Amino acid sequence: MLKTFPLGGVHPPENKLTANIAIGYLPIPENVIIPISQHIGAPATTIVYKGDYVKTGQVIATNKGFVSSNIHSSVSGKVNKIDTIIDTTGYKQAAVFIDVEGDEWIETIDRNSELVKVIKLSPEEITKRCLESGIVGLGGATFPSHVKLTVPAGKKCNLLIINGVECEPYLTSDHRLMIERGEEILIGVTILMKALNVDRAKIGIENNKPDAIDHLTKLATGFKGITVHALKVKYPQGAEKQLIKALINREVPSGHLPLDVGTVVHNVGTAFAVYEAVQKNKPLFERVVTITGKSLTRPGNYFVRMGTPVSKLIEAAGGMPNDTGKIVNGGPMMGKAINNIDVPVVKGTSGIILFPHNESERPKVNPCIRCTKCVSVCALNLEPFLLMSLSEKGLFERAEKERITDCMECGSCSYTCPAGRPLLDYIRLGKSSVIRMARERNMK
Amino acid sequence: MSPTILITIISLSLLALISGVILYFVAQKFKVFEDPRIDEVQAVLPAANCGGCGFAGCRNFAEALVKADSFEGLNCPVGGAEVMGQVAKILGKTAPVVDPLVAVLKCNGTPEYRPRTSKYNGASDCRISHNLYIGETDCSYGCLGSDDCVRACAFDAMYMDTATELPVIIDDKCVACGACVKACPRNLIELRKKAKKDRKIFVACSNCDKGGPARKACKVACIGCNKCFKVCEFGAITIENNLAYIDAKKCTFCRKCVTECPTNAIIELNFPPRKPKAEVQTETVNG
Repeated sequence: MLKTFPLGGVHPPENKLTANIAIGYLPIPENVIIPISQHIGAPATTIVYKGDYVKTGQVIATNKGFVSSNIHSSVSGKVNKIDTIIDTTGYKQAAVFIDVEGDEWIETIDRNSELVKVIKLSPEEITKRCLESGIVGLGGATFPSHVKLTVPAGKKCNLLIINGVECEPYLTSDHRLMIERGEEILIGVTILMKALNVDRAKIGIENNKPDAIDHLTKLATGFKGITVHALKVKYPQGAEKQLIKALINREVPSGHLPLDVGTVVHNVGTAFAVYEAVQKNKPLFERVVTITGKSLTRPGNYFVRMGTPVSKLIEAAGGMPNDTGKIVNGGPMMGKAINNIDVPVVKGTSGIILFPHNESERPKVNPCIRCTKCVSVCALNLEPFLLMSLSEKGLFERAEKERITDCMECGSCSYTCPAGRPLLDYIRLGKSSVIRMARERNMK
Repeated sequence: MSPTILITIISLSLLALISGVILYFVAQKFKVFEDPRIDEVQAVLPAANCGGCGFAGCRNFAEALVKADSFEGLNCPVGGAEVMGQVAKILGKTAPVVDPLVAVLKCNGTPEYRPRTSKYNGASDCRISHNLYIGETDCSYGCLGSDDCVRACAFDAMYMDTATELPVIIDDKCVACGACVKACPRNLIELRKKAKKDRKIFVACSNCDKGGPARKACKVACIGCNKCFKVCEFGAITIENNLAYIDAKKCTFCRKCVTECPTNAIIELNFPPRKPKAEVQTETVNG
């Protein structure tokens, strides 16, 4: 039997419409908008000014503090202005507007497409390169990768886990990357292994991607210590803790990090970005984005420069269908609807999904009858119905005791609720309030 | 009478007697003295338990009143001067004069003035939509239109106007308990000094953006143009973060700022209609 995590989980319709469509290159738009906060942690500080000429790959905002990341220009051209925009988070953020002129890359980038296998950098240099190249977790959480590569004193990492699960329905960017850039990913994994000083790495892939599993298994024979494992299809297997449990049967306790059980988890997309940063000196300024939707005429996967407006992606996919009711940035389970198609693609954009009207409306909300379906699907053993009513009534102390901060917001509870209750909406509210409350308490 | 019944009666009576004696001494030992005035004060208070005074309820507030040396900072907004006067009489103290307050909504973004740019389909709760994104309009400061404040009001002093999609405060019923102020995640409700005949002049906007973006998002936004600040002869208006604020204590209701405001962000309520002469003047000013 295939491995999976034991507790909870759902299996939404997969709808991987673009699984067999090769990754294309989206043309560079006339102007890009690059937000200076595309990662978890402190926003970067802009170092360019209006009127400056920037080259592709040039740093335009530097990291501020340890948990932060560099932002690079994804195009060459003139800085038009530095202003605020409403980005994919739905809130105002500072961003650099660049008018594109040609495509001149900075000289240090190796644009040769030849595979570079020999890793010349030392572990410290790799971590430093990740920081300089603005590498963040490309699975969606955008946590700066150099932080994960820095093992604090007293802790030991003995296994690297690579996340090729892609458990979100619709999305196929990681899947395509594994098929088309398998060797690069495996070299990237070897680089990460070197940086973490571990000799084993396990790649977990869900069984709905047999071609990717076969391809990587075949390639992995040429790499020392890397093994590929097929996993049973179940959402949210792509979550760090669930993947660790599924692959090596270790449980990360509440409030702890994977490092506490001796592992570090990175995404396959991140491994590819690390390969490009370390071997080709190419900073993270483009990523694979899936543009999909049942009514789209040409859904597909594209290498997209950061800052490209979402409208360009929709154009490439054959234009916006008339029945579009909602456009979601990310996967359908954890993604967030965008309120404007001019928002730019950022490091965390794994996909753009266009939902027709009939699929985008929320169901009518009915009272909770305590059927506990939400409890049975929660992968973290929480009681979503209870957390919802506690948050609704503002009883945040009690919610904290019920471990509301453990919630990873996977949305399985809302998905499964037969009464259509907005469980996750309220849990998110409670979670943010509890985190704020705890921060205020710590400051006292 | 059979001996069994007799024994039962005697033993139970003895048990009752002994328990009674023990209970008497225990009660004496653990007696808690409670000021009888607390009950008296509580009887005068409105018993709304709204929390407007800042205490957990009327009983809690009564205890605080009895304990306090002076009434400074202690006020029942629901009962107002009348109730506080009675309390002062019971306790033999003087109640300071506290201006009665009334809630106002500092947003006038009706669909007509503030076009909707997206549709929020989640749970009907302002706290959630505020956490999620800037809202259905391009104004990240304005009213979100779910009814958190209305639900918070224990006095039925608020309702949602379906046409304007904004909450409305009924002045006669509002007791200024402040529940709606706490409920609003965007801090749009302010308790202002109640004036004669419920007259009000205030800036019905909370947008701190610069003029351009503010005006683009909403036609009646305060753009921080300083015109009202210049026209006010009483120094009642301050401008901070591109937003004007009228100090209700200094405002004399001359209404000059209302006519001066280019975006109609300052609104007047419950005033008699202006004289025709004044209207002609307004037109020339604007024209």
